Amino acid sequence: MAHYLVRRLLIAIPSLLGISVVLFAVLALAPGDPFEELATNPNVPPAVRVALRVKFGLDDPVMVRYVRWLTAMLQGDWGFSFVSRMNVDTLILQRLPTTLFVIGSAQVLAIAVAIPVGVYAAARPYSVFDQIANTLAFVGFSLPTFFTGLLLILVFSVYLDWLPFVYRSDIAATGWRWYWEHVRQALMPVAVLGLFQGASLTRYVRSAVLDVIRLDYVTTARAKGLGERVVIVKHVVRNALIPVVTLVALQMPAIFGGAIVTEQIFRIPGIGSLLISSILANDTPVIMAVTFVFACLVVLFNLMADILYGWLDPRITYR
Amino acid sequence: MVGSIHASPTAEAQAQPVARGRGRRYSPALEAWRRFRRHRLAVASGVILAVIVAAIVVGPQLWNVPINEIDFAARLEGPSWRHPFGTDDLGQDLLARMIYGGRISLAVGIAAMVVAIVAGTVVGAIAGMSRGWLGSALMWLADLFLSLPQLPLLLLVIYLFRDTLKVLFGPEGGVFILIVFVIGALRWMPVARLVRAQFLSLREKEFVEAARALGASTTRQVVRHILPNALGPVIVAGTIDVAAAIIAESTLSFLGLGFPPDIPTWGRILYDAKDYLDIAPHWALFPGAAIFLVVLSINFIGDGLRDTLDPRRVM
Repeated sequence: MAHYLVRRLLIAIPSLLGISVVLFAVLALAPGDPFEELATNPNVPPAVRVALRVKFGLDDPVMVRYVRWLTAMLQGDWGFSFVSRMNVDTLILQRLPTTLFVIGSAQVLAIAVAIPVGVYAAARPYSVFDQIANTLAFVGFSLPTFFTGLLLILVFSVYLDWLPFVYRSDIAATGWRWYWEHVRQALMPVAVLGLFQGASLTRYVRSAVLDVIRLDYVTTARAKGLGERVVIVKHVVRNALIPVVTLVALQMPAIFGGAIVTEQIFRIPGIGSLLISSILANDTPVIMAVTFVFACLVVLFNLMADILYGWLDPRITYR
Repeated sequence: MVGSIHASPTAEAQAQPVARGRGRRYSPALEAWRRFRRHRLAVASGVILAVIVAAIVVGPQLWNVPINEIDFAARLEGPSWRHPFGTDDLGQDLLARMIYGGRISLAVGIAAMVVAIVAGTVVGAIAGMSRGWLGSALMWLADLFLSLPQLPLLLLVIYLFRDTLKVLFGPEGGVFILIVFVIGALRWMPVARLVRAQFLSLREKEFVEAARALGASTTRQVVRHILPNALGPVIVAGTIDVAAAIIAESTLSFLGLGFPPDIPTWGRILYDAKDYLDIAPHWALFPGAAIFLVVLSINFIGDGLRDTLDPRRVM
């Protein structure tokens, strides 16, 4: 097991390096100077500009710049935000917990919806329930998150006036009330993201269960006289969920995409809305760092899925 | 119960149509249509999509209201006979704007799908035919691209490149080319993996071996013998890619980073409408419903095609 863990960790390193190469290539291929801000600022005299370029090594060969950029990123030196006038890593660390909270709760909601619905539908394939669940799943992942977000705001904030539609991190309340306000404002964003993810996950769970339910050992379990409930919960679901773990991890890139949109709609102060506002404000260091953080999170979740997979499935060889 | 679960609900009825179908004319296309017809939701979706596409294509001839005619007297009006979909905050007619936006959304979707399919098929075919390191290297690349966070990267590329392309191809053309290529470049991986998997099994089949024995070159083997047999899953993936590309384009426009503000794509109309949700909900509902309907029907058609083109499926 330890061997397997080390191996997985070693596999994650080249993919992180590959992602960093892609990101840096995009930046290096980009026309114009990413640090144009300094060049176009009339208060910076040309001599200072040249000195700055030499200091930051902007005219060095690409390879040298890449290595320097990578070591700086690894050391946590992510640069200085032009707009917020603070270090990028502090800025991102302030925003990251909110994003992880929203994404995490959405993922929990998605799993909580998808597993029961998917299993129940697969246990009775082509029944009325299965067909309704299938159609609703199609509707769910065809509804873009930005539209469901607006629909929920329209219904629950504008017409019913039940929920706030602006997410605030500074709630002036204490004790239970503070928690309650937090739950209330997180309800809509989490529902939007969670139901979108849950829809596609339901279909994966259903097909995974259908693959397992035809196997001989399930017939044996039924032949032993076990109740249908025990057969499904203890024998079928345990095996069927192993591939689902991988799928949850593989969907992480899509979830980050959805998180950027929901954060923008509900004005959640996470790193997704930070990305959008930095793009609108031409704040290159922040944009690069946020994209890098998203990429690292994806690799991290893939790694976690691999490890979970090895732990859940004893048939995997730990080599 | 256990052994009786079939790959499709109609599996048991297979003996009948064969007996009845004897003596009838038969062709692969006819057979495909017969299978596709079984998927009722897919057929209904086909009709809905055809209506929307027809409306978008011939719409400007029938509804010749200019998309940028400003009329402050008719600001934020709900649907009426003069403006069937209502008006926006400048009194511009929403129906005309949506017809125009639909053309862009569909064009982006189809063009991005073509880019993704062509790139994916080429990479997948090379990886599937090579027996050395090239195949695994290409698949490693595909895995790497799969683990990239797509939307952040899309936003990064558009942020870095849009100004140059705007200068080169004009404000609309530049953004169009950029969006199509970036969406296409981020969606070729599933196609490449599908094509490679098909190639790996097909290249060892007897009919390919026969072609090889007859002296067919590798190119001929691929183009004439292997590729036509590998196309089924690619068509399905292509259909779903159109939907994904439409969503990606609308998302970019919704974030205010897609097409310029004066080009009313569906996502852009939603972006403009979101600040007026309380007083003019129709402004957001029509474009949102249009995106939803198009994406939903494309997804259902893709599902129907999957049933149609899967030879293992008994129908």
